[in-house]
Amino acid sequence: MNPVFKIILQRLALGLLTLLIVSFVIFTAVNLLPGDFAQAILGQSATPEAIASIRRDLGLDQPFFARYFVWLGDMLQGDLGVSYAQLNFQTNMGAAELKTVADQIAPRFANTMFLAGVTAAIAVPFAVGLGVLAALYRNSVFDKVANISTLTSISSPEFFLAYILVLFLAVLNPLLPSIANIYQGIPFTDRLIATLLPALTLTLVVTAHMMRMTRAAIINLLASPYIEMARLKGVKPLRIITHHALPNAWAPIINVIALNLAYLITGVVVVEVVFNYPGIGQLFVDAVKNRDIPVVQACCLIFAGAYILLNLAADILSILTNPRLRHPK
Amino acid sequence: MSDRATLVEMRGIHMEGRSDETWMPIIKGVDLTLKKGEVLGLIGESGAGKSTLGLAAMGFTRDGVRISQGSVHFDGIDLLAASAEQKRQLLGKRIAYVAQSAAASFNPAHKLIDQHSEAPLAHGVSGKSEAEQDGMELYRKLRLPNPDEIGFRYPHQVSGGQLQRAMTAMAMSCRPDLIIFDEPTTALDVTTQIEVLAAIRNIVEEFDTAAIYITHDLAVVAQMADRIKVLLKGDEVEEAETREMLSNPKEDYTKSLWAVREFQRPAKAAPAVDAVPVVSVQGITAAYGKMDVLKDVSFDIHAGRTVAVVGESGSGKSTTARCITGLLPPRIGVIEFDGKPLPLDYRKRTRDELRQAQMIYQMADTALNPRQRIRDIIGRPVEFYSGLKGRAKRERVDELLEQIELPAAQFGDRLPSELSGGQKQRIGIARALAAEPKFIICDEVTSALDQLVAEGILRLLARLQDELGLSYMFITHDLATVRSIADEVVVMKEGKVVEQGPKAEMFQPPHHPYTDLLLSSVPEMDPDWLTNLLAERGVENIGDAASAQMD
Repeated sequence: MNPVFKIILQRLALGLLTLLIVSFVIFTAVNLLPGDFAQAILGQSATPEAIASIRRDLGLDQPFFARYFVWLGDMLQGDLGVSYAQLNFQTNMGAAELKTVADQIAPRFANTMFLAGVTAAIAVPFAVGLGVLAALYRNSVFDKVANISTLTSISSPEFFLAYILVLFLAVLNPLLPSIANIYQGIPFTDRLIATLLPALTLTLVVTAHMMRMTRAAIINLLASPYIEMARLKGVKPLRIITHHALPNAWAPIINVIALNLAYLITGVVVVEVVFNYPGIGQLFVDAVKNRDIPVVQACCLIFAGAYILLNLAADILSILTNPRLRHPK
Repeated sequence: MSDRATLVEMRGIHMEGRSDETWMPIIKGVDLTLKKGEVLGLIGESGAGKSTLGLAAMGFTRDGVRISQGSVHFDGIDLLAASAEQKRQLLGKRIAYVAQSAAASFNPAHKLIDQHSEAPLAHGVSGKSEAEQDGMELYRKLRLPNPDEIGFRYPHQVSGGQLQRAMTAMAMSCRPDLIIFDEPTTALDVTTQIEVLAAIRNIVEEFDTAAIYITHDLAVVAQMADRIKVLLKGDEVEEAETREMLSNPKEDYTKSLWAVREFQRPAKAAPAVDAVPVVSVQGITAAYGKMDVLKDVSFDIHAGRTVAVVGESGSGKSTTARCITGLLPPRIGVIEFDGKPLPLDYRKRTRDELRQAQMIYQMADTALNPRQRIRDIIGRPVEFYSGLKGRAKRERVDELLEQIELPAAQFGDRLPSELSGGQKQRIGIARALAAEPKFIICDEVTSALDQLVAEGILRLLARLQDELGLSYMFITHDLATVRSIADEVVVMKEGKVVEQGPKAEMFQPPHHPYTDLLLSSVPEMDPDWLTNLLAERGVENIGDAASAQMD
């Protein structure tokens, strides 16, 4: 078998194992959260019988491992469960028209993926291009300005960057909407315009890492004998960077890109709040506030899955950039 | 040759290298003249400034190096006044470079032929398909196997000697007026080297290319150069026509270079027939993964004697050492020490068993912890094996430093980075001695050193052997080293012992054909050596080609 396939299969299996372990960690951690859903919903005056009844209906009285395996079994079948917040505990439980966790998460997740996708489409080429130019003109004024400005933007709080962009692109020059008004069935172009400001804010947040890693990975290679050989062949400076250094520098760059993309999927609550963007981050925060355990667990699992999947993709792509593996002897 | 036009004219070159915050001189006022079609050999030890000077002839300096004074003219063009763009248009087109390590100088991400055609395309010399066709033609001329196909491989899919020839082809791609060869065969085995030398010499003659051939190996330069210039620490020692230089060197330094290979130990009496060898390797077969890399290797090493294990890279020399030290337990076979079998895995050996077999490594640079002082590097095994502490340990370390001729007061508190290459190797020896072993494995201990320094190390090892009764297993690919210190020789090829016996017999015919090939491939000081050998055997019967015929 081609060694690349073997490595990819190994990584895939490892990724699944990691996800399994993470699922256990999530379940344990959520169980350790202080507070109790039944207590929270019924209030201070609830009778112990009422609380016990709800706990029984939700299966909360079962032993820890029993609950874990039931949950895991449901997850494996694609059943994320029913949100507690949707249940009406005063009347009958388990009525026919219940909204499942999957129904709740799906549109939010799609929005998050759209935002992450738009951001990545802007930020990755921008950051890599900037890194290449910074490496080409290393130690010049351009290099220093690029470094300082990206570092400034990554060091500033996200909401601050967001409001600055709102000030310049929505208030002073009304080019883009300051509120991301996204509704069901919105046309693609409207959706894109509504997403642009949050995406630009996030671009400012993630560019610095990727740009600096691109620059460092390329400069690291410039002392290699094959770069010297290219210079001594009379190859033009830009081509030396793009054709001789970059193809060998992808592995670290890809890994930093993957980490930043994972951040875009899991960590953008602040930006969602500022622009009132209906992403998964806000849903997650609300669910934690309400002790809506099935939603919290499902969100956590999705976040973990995103991290594992992106890192796996980064690993595989890094492997594929190695000509020794792509073209075995 | 004297009536030819001048191609390169360097006058009063001073160069400096940046070290911390100051500029230190590297080249101290050297003149160099090269005529069209002429080959100039530039020789000297490492640090003599050969490569720096060679690159300066291209108008190129590495980062942290500058030309502080002097002038460089190439075919009337002032390279030091030329703009970066003007120089770029000359590089690759009229001036080309062949580096020491082809494996590192080819970009791992691109096919050979793409890298070959890059210069012709960049300089507008020819189109892509034309450049590729020409590349295959050059590959054929350089006697590469499958010349029409080899260019479409990636560098890691091609062997070192083939890559070196492909790089020579690449340098030729625009038919330059000048090629700088920077130690192009230093990293190769002798049988590969001879093929590359023959190929380079042929093609340089065919296209009448001028060349500066940089090397530290006198015998190699004797085959390649019309004239030789000797450098020492950035100064020119002397320059003369090759034959004149070889037969009649004028300066003492040049004479000392010529004399280095004359160190030879007196032959020792053969060991008694019933003597128990210190180390006896009996029929070991060892594997990395599923591949057997050693096949049924057996030899004995007797007390106070040196067994040289020779062979090319990949022949299993170092793997044998790893088996003896227990780092790689052999699959089959027995290793006896003083007649008693040793556990095969080092983890199962007692401390006393471990103490008896020590190792000295090829790269003293990487074998010494750069953050530890010399006293600690040597003190650690002293404490570990003999349990000495405090003052006793200190005295023992001083004594060991004395044995390797480095005064403790001066060197004890230094870091490895504050020592020269030869001094570092001496520390490696002292560290091995600290365990008070009977037996030391020396793995290519002199191959990273200059000849004069290497000779000093060999003399030291010989003296220590006489004083302490040590036995050495001496791994090397350099037959000159074998000649100077070995008592017995083991020749290895592809994991097997092809011949073994006392040194005197090994250097006398008849040989195993492989031993014969190894011996005949070592360049000699005679400038006609390569020409004669090619005439005698034919280009088909030298080097790897001949080695392949044997299989």
